[in-house]
Amino acid sequence: MKSRITTTVLLGLALTAGALAQNVATTRDAALDVEPNPPKISRVENDDVKRKRAYPMQPPTVPHKIDNYQVDTNANKCMSCHSRRRTQESQAPMVSVTHYMDRDGNFLADISARRYFCNQCHVVQRDVDPLLDNEFEDIDELLRAARR
Amino acid sequence: MIERIKRYWQAISTPSKYYSLGFLTLGGFIMGIIFWGGFNTAMEFTNTETFCTGCHEMRENVYEEMQSTIHFTNRSGVRAKCSDCHVPHDWTDKIARKMQASKEVWGKVFGTINTREKFLAKRRELAEREWVRLKSNDSLECRNCHDFEYMDFTWQSERAATQHSTALASGEKTCIDCHKGIAHHLPDMSGVEGWD
Repeated sequence: MKSRITTTVLLGLALTAGALAQNVATTRDAALDVEPNPPKISRVENDDVKRKRAYPMQPPTVPHKIDNYQVDTNANKCMSCHSRRRTQESQAPMVSVTHYMDRDGNFLADISARRYFCNQCHVVQRDVDPLLDNEFEDIDELLRAARR
Repeated sequence: MIERIKRYWQAISTPSKYYSLGFLTLGGFIMGIIFWGGFNTAMEFTNTETFCTGCHEMRENVYEEMQSTIHFTNRSGVRAKCSDCHVPHDWTDKIARKMQASKEVWGKVFGTINTREKFLAKRRELAEREWVRLKSNDSLECRNCHDFEYMDFTWQSERAATQHSTALASGEKTCIDCHKGIAHHLPDMSGVEGWD
């Protein structure tokens, strides 16, 4: 009797899971066993217009092309404009002071090793229609809405 | 034997005694063309990519890393080969550069950079030599293709247009001051102006 119930429950679960799998929303646009046509390669935005953040704690995005920018032990192309020493001449936004701190909060003369690889967090943006809409509302909007 | 050498020597030291003036003039003219043409053809050959990448030092280091840059592959298919940037196009300057390049033969023979490690260790020195050369000739090899007179700032990004219409236009900066490492990887840049 007990084993019969278990079997029924399992069967039910399996069926539900199967039904769910049929309706899982993906951005794939094709069945799993079909190789869809890849979208065209989009262009990297290069207009120097800054975007607002799309989620909390988002690192600012890069509003220009960074093709072949060398960031390694020898050179850091990003920092040749964005470092504290260079911003007066380049008029580029300076990397934030947190990038000059080690993890214990001590200030360093140069960019911290743990912040060195810029495009680990800061990435270029492409001119595409988003596959999913972002419903993120920043805290200011939420507070304003609450006050009303 | 001695007699024969003597005869040849007489013909060489006073050729007009033995050959007609017309033959000597015409012969000299034709030989001139052949030697001059041969010399230039040989020199042109040392300007080809086949020649430059004939050595593994060039082929496996600088040529390899150039292939992902815009000067090698791009939308319009116009590309620069080694000599376009590294050898002056004017004849006298070219000869001067080729004479300097004889040092590179020495380097090849004695294996100055015959391993990747040796090359990396020497990269800063080699790069600096090119930076100095391009700085002192006002980036002539860049300008052979990228003529400032014909730059349309409206087609450039705002940042590029700002820099080109101010620093470059006034002659305060030259191409290589900002565009280092566009065709090859950079060496350790500590201490280089604008990089540290």
